[in-house]
Amino acid sequence: MRVALFITCVNDTLFPGTGRAVVTLLRRLGCEVDFPRAQTCCGQMHVNTGYPREGTRLARHFADVFAGYDAVVTPSGSCAAMVREQYPRLARTAAAAGRPASSGTARDAGGRAAGRTAPPSFAEEVAALVPKVHDLSEFLVDVLGVTDVGACFPHRVTYHPTCHSLRGLRLGDRPTRLLEQVRGLELVPLPGAEECCGFGGTFAVKNPAVSAAMCADKAHNVMATGAEVLCAADNSCLMHIGGALGRQRAGIRVMHLAEILAATESGETAAAPAGPAARTRTAPATRPLSAPAARTLAAPGGATPAGPAAGTPPEPGPAAHGRTGEER
Amino acid sequence: MSATFLGMPAFPRNAARAVGDSQLRFNLRKATRTIRGRRAAMVGEVPGWEELRAAGRQIKDHTLRHLDRYLLQLEEAVARAGGRVHWAADADEANRIVAGLVEATGETSVVKVKSMATQEIGLNEALAARGITAYETDLAELIVQLGDDLPSHILVPAIHRNRAEIREIFREKMAEWGRPAPEDLTDEPRALAEAARLHLRERFLSTKVAVSGANFMIAETGTLVVLESEGNGRMCLTLPETLISVVGIEKLLPTWQDLEVFLQLLPRSSTGERMNPYTSTWTGASEGQEFHLVLLDNGRTRVLADEVGRQALRCIRCSACLNVCPVYERVGGHAYGSVYPGPIGAILTPQLRGTDSGASAPPGGMPASAAPAPGGRMPASATAVSRGRMPASATAVSRGRMPASATAVSRGRMPASATAELDASLPYASSLCGACYEVCPVAIDIPEVLVHLRAKAPHPRAERLAMRAAGWVLDRPVRLARAQRLSGRLRRFVPRRLPGPAAAWTDTRDIPDIPAESFRDWWDRTDGGTR
Repeated sequence: MRVALFITCVNDTLFPGTGRAVVTLLRRLGCEVDFPRAQTCCGQMHVNTGYPREGTRLARHFADVFAGYDAVVTPSGSCAAMVREQYPRLARTAAAAGRPASSGTARDAGGRAAGRTAPPSFAEEVAALVPKVHDLSEFLVDVLGVTDVGACFPHRVTYHPTCHSLRGLRLGDRPTRLLEQVRGLELVPLPGAEECCGFGGTFAVKNPAVSAAMCADKAHNVMATGAEVLCAADNSCLMHIGGALGRQRAGIRVMHLAEILAATESGETAAAPAGPAARTRTAPATRPLSAPAARTLAAPGGATPAGPAAGTPPEPGPAAHGRTGEER
Repeated sequence: MSATFLGMPAFPRNAARAVGDSQLRFNLRKATRTIRGRRAAMVGEVPGWEELRAAGRQIKDHTLRHLDRYLLQLEEAVARAGGRVHWAADADEANRIVAGLVEATGETSVVKVKSMATQEIGLNEALAARGITAYETDLAELIVQLGDDLPSHILVPAIHRNRAEIREIFREKMAEWGRPAPEDLTDEPRALAEAARLHLRERFLSTKVAVSGANFMIAETGTLVVLESEGNGRMCLTLPETLISVVGIEKLLPTWQDLEVFLQLLPRSSTGERMNPYTSTWTGASEGQEFHLVLLDNGRTRVLADEVGRQALRCIRCSACLNVCPVYERVGGHAYGSVYPGPIGAILTPQLRGTDSGASAPPGGMPASAAPAPGGRMPASATAVSRGRMPASATAVSRGRMPASATAVSRGRMPASATAELDASLPYASSLCGACYEVCPVAIDIPEVLVHLRAKAPHPRAERLAMRAAGWVLDRPVRLARAQRLSGRLRRFVPRRLPGPAAAWTDTRDIPDIPAESFRDWWDRTDGGTR
């Protein structure tokens, strides 16, 4: 299956390790991964902060870039929810306003006025696009039909089901089903898991006091689990909680779901632990696996995904590159 | 430092103060979490809650779409049953009508059933200005009134007070208003309730005029419905000779049978009860009694004209969204600067006050706006409604064919609203976590309306520039890549504490390490990780 990776502007700029982990993981599961170079941002920050004009322009660009792929996979529940929930609204508004809101407004309008063959409208593009855009865990569980992705991560992990994954995309237990199948991983429940961490995009700086109060409670709950790693399907929330954990020297690192799922017994994946907590991290990310655990892993299990990657050792390629956290 | 973000509006300042109040935080945490848990249990046991919720939403939407027809039907039914209907375009007109009705009875005091509409229009203050004392009889409203305080929750207005504080208020203030609190009053809930009961009982038996709101009005029969928990409502609705009910025009339901849906939705969502203790219904007036219904617009027809924002009019004031909101839980109701706090307040207040599009003038209304009387103006919207010119599809309003009271007022002689800055900040008083939408019994998509109102709100200049710059960079992948490379090169010079608006982040959180190489540059350099 040919899959387009929508990395998201935040991951592209700040958490490239997550993107490399997604690439490693999807290839291991037999997908052909493409990264459309023209992609930039889904427009969520602009729309949610009250700038729908700019946001719609970015959304139209997104729709153009990703038209024609079988599936678009993104390691961000929030950005996937943006496309699914808000793009249809933006398209309706744009249609009601009766003019295309793309960057080439004048050109497009001129073209249409001149009676040339009309390109698909934004609304049509959105209608075709929305069913194809998946958050990573949705894609793995619903489209590929796997929950055991052959990962190994022998650590104690707690999972924060971010708001847009939980109430926007309704991911349900998909992420935890994936985590439960990871060898050696001990998943501990997070108290008050469903409560917002207080990030909320620009909310974090527009209402810093409330945001910090919410994050303090979230960080407190994370610490109460005794976990070593906090996992989520969104790096923006992890950046927020991880930023607070780091500031408090909590000694808990944050990792995107993709980074854990990409990890195998042969070593840490492409992704070095991302996020602010990495700054205070001193312990190595991975303990060496005990021999029996390694043997279990080597045996081809029923759930081992089919495809070219199956049976062959995971590609070491991306793992060779920059562990951003350690270079400092 | 965090309060210096350029153009930082009012809610964040109020919220920052509230967040630091440990007593308030404790009271709110305890109360909201208790009600939240109770609601979840009561909703969880109803099979087909989602269908019930959908029914609630559809009945409300249908009624709002045909409000013109149903309001006239209601007026007729109320008149037939011996009541009188008055139309009030705005707060000032409603207050004048009520004061006039009370004066006509020759009385100088009224007892009140808890009512959001009368708080919205500042009725107690307006009556006081004309020498009429309004006595609140709901326990929590009594606490607020005695304490010279403001309500901070729709359902439990004294949620910010704990029982020790309530004891103090009773001991200090009860005597000023009537029967004093007993000398040996403790802070046991039972003792506090008994003190209030004795204090209020005298009032019920001696007062001849009552003022109420209503949870629902039935167009078919002209019946009004009040749901309450303490029995004070039942006293006010039956004992006095004159009953004046002030009700927002959106409280309408077409038929008696529609109540079936809402009598299930409301108690479970609000107090977390299967059924509330007292449900009173009345139709017109009995012999020897008088009943007046004041139908209140006060910005509602203008809200109806907004295709996205109008869903806020479905609200049945259950306050489930307040109890589940992580922002409300940490700041309480006062920070919202309105009788409608929390998520629903964040979308309702700016729309009702007419400040949602950055307009400088309110529609004449809510008390905090300190707006003067529009001075004898015709109740434009009310007449329009009563003549059946109300928009069947509310687009008529937006096209300007509807003389909505607000537009006329805001064009004219009103001073700039004292709440414009606060109101503009309310749509941002949310992390858009979606918990409010999930619990709303009439499925108001509050996050959608928040985002919609944010688009209409005035934005601080510095923010506008930053957003435009970000938009410019994100418009072209080449620009984004250049910006990433630049930040990658500068990454070692980024301080742990950032200056200016960014300090709002680094005051309490670390910033992530900026990687040496962006994902797209890695992809290019390694040909997608294959080299």
